[in-house]
Amino acid sequence: MSGFDKVVGSYEEAMAGLEDNMTVIAGGFGLCGIPENLIKEIRRRGTRGLTMVSNNCGTDKYGLGILLADKQIRKMVASYVGENALFEAQMMSGELEVELTPQGTLAEKMRAGGAGIPAFYTATGYGTPVGEGKEVRVFNGRHYILEEAIQGDFSIAKAWKADRYGNLVFRKTARNFNPMAITAGKIAVVEVEEIVEVGALDPDEIHLPGIYVDRLIRGTFEKNIEQRTVRGA
Amino acid sequence: MALTREQLAQRVAQEFQDGYYINLGIGIPTLAANYVPEGVEVMLQSENGLLGMGPFPREDEVDPDLINAGKQTVTMARGASLFSSADSFAMIRGGHVDLTVLGAFEVDCQGNIASYMIPGKLIKGMGGAMDLVAGADNIIVTMTHASKHGESKLLRECTLPLTGKGCIKRVLTDLALLDIEDGRFILRERAPGVSVEDIARLTEGALVIPEHVPEMSFPPADG
Repeated sequence: MSGFDKVVGSYEEAMAGLEDNMTVIAGGFGLCGIPENLIKEIRRRGTRGLTMVSNNCGTDKYGLGILLADKQIRKMVASYVGENALFEAQMMSGELEVELTPQGTLAEKMRAGGAGIPAFYTATGYGTPVGEGKEVRVFNGRHYILEEAIQGDFSIAKAWKADRYGNLVFRKTARNFNPMAITAGKIAVVEVEEIVEVGALDPDEIHLPGIYVDRLIRGTFEKNIEQRTVRGA
Repeated sequence: MALTREQLAQRVAQEFQDGYYINLGIGIPTLAANYVPEGVEVMLQSENGLLGMGPFPREDEVDPDLINAGKQTVTMARGASLFSSADSFAMIRGGHVDLTVLGAFEVDCQGNIASYMIPGKLIKGMGGAMDLVAGADNIIVTMTHASKHGESKLLRECTLPLTGKGCIKRVLTDLALLDIEDGRFILRERAPGVSVEDIARLTEGALVIPEHVPEMSFPPADG
């Protein structure tokens, strides 16, 4: 067994150490590329008071949405929360704190969090509710607001393939927020469809190096589709 | 007559130029992809990490790992590329996208746009819209000119929380195409059969009406 071997034997082991009131960053866009089994494990553990950082909060039935039913999420940082009635109800009643964050800013907050950059300036959100209370600076005649990086106690993510060292390959648009989410977690947990032997991946095809990955597990996935749209024959 | 959804999409597509990278928002903007003019090649950017979006898949092509920003299953066009959300918004924020088309609840003659929430009523979130309006120079907002009750949505000052400040220069409504310059709407084109007076009546913000305001023209429907 190599010290670089990231594979763990069970979902329980994959999420060991997750405690109430922690911050968890999750990859995925809608239901695409979500770490669905790691989310189910959080539900099973009954961990509460969580701050979840993710572009969306799933639907009523799938993804992070399943953590709303038992009120495990205290605060949600997301860009888009439509398509989830329970979410809207808990937000309106004040049970759930929500920090709406522009999608590109959210991606960059994660990227910065993983790259050792504490904050960055962006024009996104200047002059809107998102910019309220944030430092403003002018560069080349344009206004920018200061946005702070995000780091998580845990990050949970989904990739397509990995080798045992945690080198990752994503598939199509299931990549989305997953690479940045992984880099921004103190403990980064990744589930994949296939684990291959070390050396089987061409180093040139690796999307994210295993240095960012702490725990790796192979799962089976439902891959639910939110909007199944097809064209006629 | 007010433009139909299809006509709005057709008029948007008349702005497409050969070699444009384009981000189309959910709804009418997405429909514009069906009306790309003859001889024009465009590449559609989907902010969840796809450049070169193709049509909806056939039943046997559906892939849950391949969706657009509206969470609809899609395909990839020839020459497509895939990337992370951070890379996607680097393209957007960095001004590399040639044209952005998106919807709105309100715009005003200062170029402000409100599109992501109605306090106490509707909270969906801004998704990528704030980054798109901040990053793009060439933006078309598509919307209805007025509410069902005849209240203007082209205002002196937006009443809803803003998505972006001073960033909108062109608006296409079901009644008219307008530019925004120096704190005023400029009427450029009107929908077929819609009078300048009707448009003026339903525009709350300052409006400049040039001497000649042509009617929009649409190629005849070919069934």
